[in-house]
Amino acid sequence: MEKFTVHTGLVAPLDRENVDTDAIIPKQFLKSIKRTGFGPHLFDAWRYIDVGQPGMDLTKRTLNPDFVLNRPQYRGASILLARKNFGCGSSREHAPWALQQGGFKAVVAPSFADIFFNNSFKNGFLPIALQESEVARLFDEAVGAPGYRLTIDLAAQTVTTPSGEAMHFDIDDFRKKSLLNGWDDIGLTLRNAAEIKAYEERRKRAEPWIFG
Amino acid sequence: MTAQTLYEKLWDSHLVREDPDGTALIYVDRHLVHEVTSPQAFEGLALHGRAPWRIGSVVATADHNVPTHARSEGIADPISRLQVETLDQNVVKFHVKTYFGMNDRRQGIVHVIGPEQGATLPGMTVVCGDSHTSTHGAFAALAFGIGTSEVEHVLATQCLLTKRLKTLLIRAEGKLPPGVTAKDLVLAIIGKIGTAGGTGHAIEFGGSAVRAQSMEGRMTICNMAIEAGARSGMVAVDETTIDYLRGRPLCPQGEMFDTAAAYWRTLVSDPGAKFDRVVDIDVASLKPQVTWGTSPEMVVSIEDRVPDPSKEADPARRGAIERALEYMGLEPNVAMSDIAIDKVFIGSCTNSRIEDLRAAAAVVKGQRVAKNVKLALVVPGSGLVKTQAEKEGLDRVFLDSGFEWRDPGCSMCLGMNDDKLAAGERCASTSNRNFEGRQGAGGRTHLVSPEMAAAAAIAGHFVDVRRGR
Ligand code: SF4
Repeated sequence: MEKFTVHTGLVAPLDRENVDTDAIIPKQFLKSIKRTGFGPHLFDAWRYIDVGQPGMDLTKRTLNPDFVLNRPQYRGASILLARKNFGCGSSREHAPWALQQGGFKAVVAPSFADIFFNNSFKNGFLPIALQESEVARLFDEAVGAPGYRLTIDLAAQTVTTPSGEAMHFDIDDFRKKSLLNGWDDIGLTLRNAAEIKAYEERRKRAEPWIFG
Repeated sequence: MTAQTLYEKLWDSHLVREDPDGTALIYVDRHLVHEVTSPQAFEGLALHGRAPWRIGSVVATADHNVPTHARSEGIADPISRLQVETLDQNVVKFHVKTYFGMNDRRQGIVHVIGPEQGATLPGMTVVCGDSHTSTHGAFAALAFGIGTSEVEHVLATQCLLTKRLKTLLIRAEGKLPPGVTAKDLVLAIIGKIGTAGGTGHAIEFGGSAVRAQSMEGRMTICNMAIEAGARSGMVAVDETTIDYLRGRPLCPQGEMFDTAAAYWRTLVSDPGAKFDRVVDIDVASLKPQVTWGTSPEMVVSIEDRVPDPSKEADPARRGAIERALEYMGLEPNVAMSDIAIDKVFIGSCTNSRIEDLRAAAAVVKGQRVAKNVKLALVVPGSGLVKTQAEKEGLDRVFLDSGFEWRDPGCSMCLGMNDDKLAAGERCASTSNRNFEGRQGAGGRTHLVSPEMAAAAAIAGHFVDVRRGR
């Protein structure tokens, strides 16, 4: 997994609540059996006027000029700012893949849907929950100031604004360590193989039908 | 011993280890697999040279991409076909024993066939790379959706890294009025607590209104727990649960069944168990529900009107309402029963079980689909549901009324196959998500019960199903 330590990047404000994973990456792109190639279709239905299909020639498509990420000042943005309950809906991990492949390293919002939140960490993509009032302020500042950048310091658990104000965010220790080190969850879990085996033996005696 | 909630019992019995910071390893009993979220996981396993830990826990099917008609001709779309073929190959390569491939007569939506085959049992942890895995909680299982990395993690280790959830009891007391269903109940719950209302929680659905439900009804309710933000929803075991399970192919049989059932009967929240939150809902005056917007919490009763954003004080909410109305092509204050529809979809893992089809057929029997309705689809949840319905003559009832009768799969619930809405088309749908573009780019979805969808098909617009009774 990719490490995450400190990141400074341009902020793109996506002023919507309940952004669902189908909006992040529409279902027609889930037909892929690969983990890559989702970046150009990030927010496909909002980003383009025409309806996207896998394998389309992107140069022939019409961008929707009203969609915020298409505005020139947000080109190269790596931190997404959104409203509450970001990532709701389908469990597709293609959502964090698409965000990452679309150039984003992190998303800041007041709250996240559980599965999306969890999926993000597995990919070194950082979802940061701040207070609703803090997010509202970041929106005001980002919309008002072209080239608005934030610095995310995972070790310090802070998001720092251009004026130097640091906002604290929570993250559990295990996730933080994994991200900082780029650890692979499966490798970590397999270190407990003996414990898993012992558990399995106990369960086989208690509920043999599970193993039938 | 202290009184425990059902969730706590399930958690404790699956805990392999727990670190001081709360990160826990829990054991997975049943792993359901479908073609969309598994290819990258199997590939990852192979890339790292890892073998599956307990492949016997896997039950696989192809459901999202499969065509719902002329199936013997195969899948026309090459990309969909490749995905289904990849699953076929992975099943062989990794020795998956229980696979209901596209042409198996038991094939169907993963959340319909799991319970139907007895693959979902009380006291199990059930996972699947699919958010509606919450459905299986109807059997007092701890069931939740996972991402593809976690699918790989479960394949490799039979465990998941996770944390204990908070508990939320939703207590629905009273008797549902005639014409008001489990679907209406769960939509009303989401309307009440919101789509993030259950975030971070495991929901237990209790109360007399839930206990009175059949297993089908309980599955409908748990199915939509995720739409209330909760990864898991569950219902305690009772005799309805046990009776449903007896004799199912993957269930223990004979004496083993009785031993299992004795244990299963303990899978209830103890009297006096403490929940982190309790929400009460009185169902006696509940009415049939219809969503008007682009989130399941945007729901009202059929007697209500489309909301007026100008009456909303909170600017963020007002914006959300305005945006939803614009997408849905609706004017404020229009009576829900004046909204005309273009298509009807009866299906999905929420409402495609035999009971749902019986209920819908009872409404349409002897009547014709309205002229303005371009397409009315019935897509049974599984091959076995389809066969059963045909045995009862339900296919004739639907066909005679002008519905199409299809082969099982996810179909127009998400439109990954050919069944979808065109831009601007309005659909009465028994599925679970009304997000923008869910049933096809630009399509407009209204979530309803099977009875309400059937009544709308006949009337050509939403209508109070209780009137015809
Ligand atoms: S029927 Fe719909 S919600 Fe259910 S598994 Fe299929 S796509 Fe998902």
